Amino acid sequence: MQFFFDHFFELTITGLALGSIYALVALGYTMVYGVLQLINFAHSEVFMYGTFAVIWVFTAFGAGGHTSTGGIIGLLIVSVFAAMLVSGGIALLIERVAYRPLLKRNSPKLVALISAIGASFALSETMGLRDRITGFVGLDKPLADYVNGARDNSSLPVEITPKAVFKIGDYSVTTIDLLVIITALVMMVFLDRFVRRSRAGRGMRAVAQNPEAAALMGVNAVRVRQITFLLGGMMAGVAATLYMIRIGTTRFDAGFILGVKAFTAAVMGGIGNLRGALLGGLVLGVAENWGSAIIGTQWKDVVAFILLVVILLFRPTGLLGESLGRARA
Amino acid sequence: MSDPSVPKPDQGMSQTKLPRIGIAYKRPKTGLGKKLRALPKPARVALVIVAILLVYALPLLELPIITTPDSDFAGVLFTMSIYVLVALGLNVVVGYAGLLDLGYVGFYAIGAYTVGMLTSAHGSLPFLVVLPIAAVVAMISGVLLGAPTLRVRGDYLAIVTLGFGEIIRLAATNSDWLGGAAGVSNIPSPPNIFGDDGLFQIPHLVWHGAEPLIDLSHKTKVGYFGVLDAVPYYWLALTVVLIIIGADILIKNSRVGRAWEATREDEDAAELMGVPTFRYKLLAFAMGAFVGGLAGALFATRQSFINPQSFQLLLSMLFVAAVVIGGQGNRWGVIIGACLVVYLPERFRDLADFRVLFFGAALMILATFRPAGILPAGRTKRAQKLRAELTSLEEGTSEGGANA
Repeated sequence: MQFFFDHFFELTITGLALGSIYALVALGYTMVYGVLQLINFAHSEVFMYGTFAVIWVFTAFGAGGHTSTGGIIGLLIVSVFAAMLVSGGIALLIERVAYRPLLKRNSPKLVALISAIGASFALSETMGLRDRITGFVGLDKPLADYVNGARDNSSLPVEITPKAVFKIGDYSVTTIDLLVIITALVMMVFLDRFVRRSRAGRGMRAVAQNPEAAALMGVNAVRVRQITFLLGGMMAGVAATLYMIRIGTTRFDAGFILGVKAFTAAVMGGIGNLRGALLGGLVLGVAENWGSAIIGTQWKDVVAFILLVVILLFRPTGLLGESLGRARA
Repeated sequence: MSDPSVPKPDQGMSQTKLPRIGIAYKRPKTGLGKKLRALPKPARVALVIVAILLVYALPLLELPIITTPDSDFAGVLFTMSIYVLVALGLNVVVGYAGLLDLGYVGFYAIGAYTVGMLTSAHGSLPFLVVLPIAAVVAMISGVLLGAPTLRVRGDYLAIVTLGFGEIIRLAATNSDWLGGAAGVSNIPSPPNIFGDDGLFQIPHLVWHGAEPLIDLSHKTKVGYFGVLDAVPYYWLALTVVLIIIGADILIKNSRVGRAWEATREDEDAAELMGVPTFRYKLLAFAMGAFVGGLAGALFATRQSFINPQSFQLLLSMLFVAAVVIGGQGNRWGVIIGACLVVYLPERFRDLADFRVLFFGAALMILATFRPAGILPAGRTKRAQKLRAELTSLEEGTSEGGANA
């Protein structure tokens, strides 16, 4: 308990940073849920592919201990776009392979969930077996830097050292904390504006409210779905970059637990609700940090789920309610 | 479906106000079922007994193509029967009551850990006492989890149960009393009441090409639970499976089974018709947990060693996959699903590293091409027919509504 009070500001700020990453991934869950009323179980893999995209960009440019700060910043900017590209692409692939055939046949929800679980297994194993798979086409030697140690942890080749910027209480807020939180907030605002103001966003909200009426009004449901998956994937790509800046290590199965957390955040905030995902993510991140300080790090995940159950008991539709479709603005 | 009762009016569909448009209110029988039903009763009973004996004898027959070459076939069969048990229990929750439970592994773990606690770590109660205790403890945990969470609907339930499964695993990892990350070891096997030689011994078969020979050097001791021979464990698990199938048939055709069906189809309509839906959902949850705990207890006894790694969240996904692949709501379907989920990876061990990859792809393909599962539930077929007729009515084409 004393530890908690001594490190209150540190726990809160790092919790917010962690929560921002959860929130960005949660957006993908919440948008797909808003439009399709389906849990996109494979979204965690979208995130995982993004983290690898970041590592591969650094490897491709031959980054190492000698790389200057400016070089790292440049590479980070490149890798954000690479991660967005890769994650968005994977998300579109999931939509095409795991969802569209089912939606055409009007399958029950549970079947779509199974299909997504299948896609999740297949994607994560493809990454975990990338050395063997590239071996089939004889590319494992030339691509050795990218595919070796497929089942082990992969890390960024450079170490990103945070610099202290200013103090809150007795905790020095670092550049990384600021970068993560501010990037996440900017992306959120951008996405929120997009969904509320743009033509495509209006289409998304229309489909979320009433797919049939939207179709009658000329909204292309397939296009809307694609945009939804793409946007969710791009947000996961940004989250992946931020995650690599903060954590620096990933693995072929790293998506799973983060995906579960992000989905928890989405549900906590009210699934289908973009602002809810942000709030849910931040609350989850901070609560985890506080909880692990009070009752021990090993109970971190337990705190997250118990908080979820408590919130759902008192607010059965999450903190802000479900409302991608409900036209408030 | 072995449903001997007279065709009952279909609760779920007939209570909501749907036009009666020439739907026969009885279960449409598949070809096989029809032929079976046409047989005289003694022949039917004999057929069932022969089939059951065949299933019991499977590990002794060592059939050339079916047997898994790279792992002990009896062990695989044991795992299969455990998964069948799990699938039957989960089918009550997912298939009958329509509640998506993604944390079923939690109950499985509770069953296994109860056995571990009471027979090895903190006690030495006999197996036959512990087995029901484990199932009851799992059932109580099901009620404790269900009572607050079953009020939330649909997908929220999925995430809450997912969290539950993870909490159980983390609690086991972090609590020293539960063995911590190292787990519990030295869980005793069931008592050998017939001594070290068992009741009697049965030889296995050995195949030379297509010709079976009796292999006198390879015998299984009936009633002797050793470390090496998994066959007696398989028989034990299979016996439990048969009992549960019997209970499943009885409850599905009872008032309770119909109440579940009504709740699943339309919760509000069922509530209006006087079905206390919450209580029935809780009952489904508790029963599912009971069977899950039983399966976990059997698993722990055979394994003699459990740790939190044995209860990964992915296992829950596998369980749900087994139920959905087989055909949720159809008990024979989920049995097939569970067997496939265990058997296919074991049979094709040559592809060991690629197992999960192929499994994932297979899930997607199955979901696309057989969305109702390998053996769809009878109700699903009825509902599809009804929906087709309703659509044709709405569209005004006269063919569908001609016999209205």
